[in-house]
Amino acid sequence: MTDGERSAGTVAPGAGASKHRQRHHPIVRATHWVSAFALLVMAGSGLRIFNASPAFAPKGETFPWWPWEGQAVPANLTFGGWLGGARHWHFAMMWLLVANGLLYLGYLWFKGEWRELAPRRGSIADAVEMAKFYLGLRRKHPVQGKHNALQKYAYSTMIVLGVVSVISGVAIWKPVSLGWLAAAMGGYHLARWWHFTAMLGLGLLVVVHVVMVFAVDPYAIRAMTTGGYDDDRFSPEARNARPFTNLAPAKVEDRA
Amino acid sequence: MTVHREILRKADEVVERARDTGRLDRRAFMRLSTLGIGATVLASCNSSGPASAGKLLSFATMQNEKFERWLLGANTPSRTGRLTPAGARFPSYFISDSVPIWDTAARGAWTLEISGAVKTPRTFTYDDLRGMKMATQRVPHYCVEGWTAVADFTGVPMRALLETVQPTADAKIADFMSFDDGYHESWDIESTMHPQTMVVLAKDGQRLSPAYGAPARIHGPVKLGYKNTKYLTKIVLMPSPNGGYWTDRGYEWYGGT
Repeated sequence: MTDGERSAGTVAPGAGASKHRQRHHPIVRATHWVSAFALLVMAGSGLRIFNASPAFAPKGETFPWWPWEGQAVPANLTFGGWLGGARHWHFAMMWLLVANGLLYLGYLWFKGEWRELAPRRGSIADAVEMAKFYLGLRRKHPVQGKHNALQKYAYSTMIVLGVVSVISGVAIWKPVSLGWLAAAMGGYHLARWWHFTAMLGLGLLVVVHVVMVFAVDPYAIRAMTTGGYDDDRFSPEARNARPFTNLAPAKVEDRA
Repeated sequence: MTVHREILRKADEVVERARDTGRLDRRAFMRLSTLGIGATVLASCNSSGPASAGKLLSFATMQNEKFERWLLGANTPSRTGRLTPAGARFPSYFISDSVPIWDTAARGAWTLEISGAVKTPRTFTYDDLRGMKMATQRVPHYCVEGWTAVADFTGVPMRALLETVQPTADAKIADFMSFDDGYHESWDIESTMHPQTMVVLAKDGQRLSPAYGAPARIHGPVKLGYKNTKYLTKIVLMPSPNGGYWTDRGYEWYGGT
């Protein structure tokens, strides 16, 4: 930051109390990064376990919902080194993932912040408007709350997929002690498939999320780490930002 | 990995520059953390993780075991549904170079010894076992290596067998030994006493063949396959875990399902 920018920031009119408000609660910031780490380890070690038998059908049978039956995942995408090692990591890290997830969900619930994430009536129309804006079919960024409608769908889907992956994971970890759980998921093979598919969906959304953070709202990295965020200057809505455009902070004077 | 080395070189440059200018500004800090995290992630590819995590992992394994034992307490029977036995398609595993076969001429008649922490150690002949009350159960097997197979196993429930030798109070573990090149696996007593854990003599209504562990094997749906010792010769009750063939090679000791 140059001196010029800094002085411009400090003397800007309308520098009110909201300016230094933290965008995310410390619990949200901590659990975000812990789940990023835990999910990475879970995915890597899970893929190593998957590679022991990279198929869903019993041997000799076909499986309609996975086109790459028998195809192992490249070793460099895996973690744990060997089957036993990956199992140790997977069954240790799952507790961190679950504890962290429960802490986050508890926070969302007790603080009522789930309302910022859950899509509601009208969210579909809002999401269409948002998509139109991203595609250049609309000039002005739709008005939004903390998150836009596309984000609401993405983030709430991630939570659902996280819950599915934990439940299906428990089902294939304890198929005898908790046999009813595997049965509820359509049997052991399908429970495995649910587990894998939830991971794939989660992975896909993580990739989209990371790309969008850099392409639309890089300021979110700081907001998610130290909490600092200035809605008036940084929010994509204030900047009228679509991917790779209007990345520079908005001038507050223009809005005053 | 060359990318990895390149990232470390870049990180060194950032640190050098920070040292020259005497400060680490936000941009340099961000760059350094990105490079650091990137290098760590890349180095983790296909690795077994840092050795220092070993203690943490074995701690987790221990805690898991407690949790799994608590889960087992529910005594849930394995679910079978309408499944057809796989018959000869059921895979056969052993560690010897060829199928282990009990050689009566060299070793005499096969017997099963139950000893250790018991009041009345006893040696059972094959006919002794056959004379006991048998149970049959149909069990689906899902292998981490990809095969699925169903089998009907008939045998003497472990619980009934152990009642005849009266385990002492410090019998916390059962070690199941075999004549398959020293293969053995030890179990916790709760899993050993599970109503579905048996000394199996027959598969799919026929006497066990050598491929499936003749003359007798341990079978219980509450344990992973490698815990189920075949070619059984001896059951020794003891106060503390005694490892096992795959357990000593790094696989989880508890191996519960």
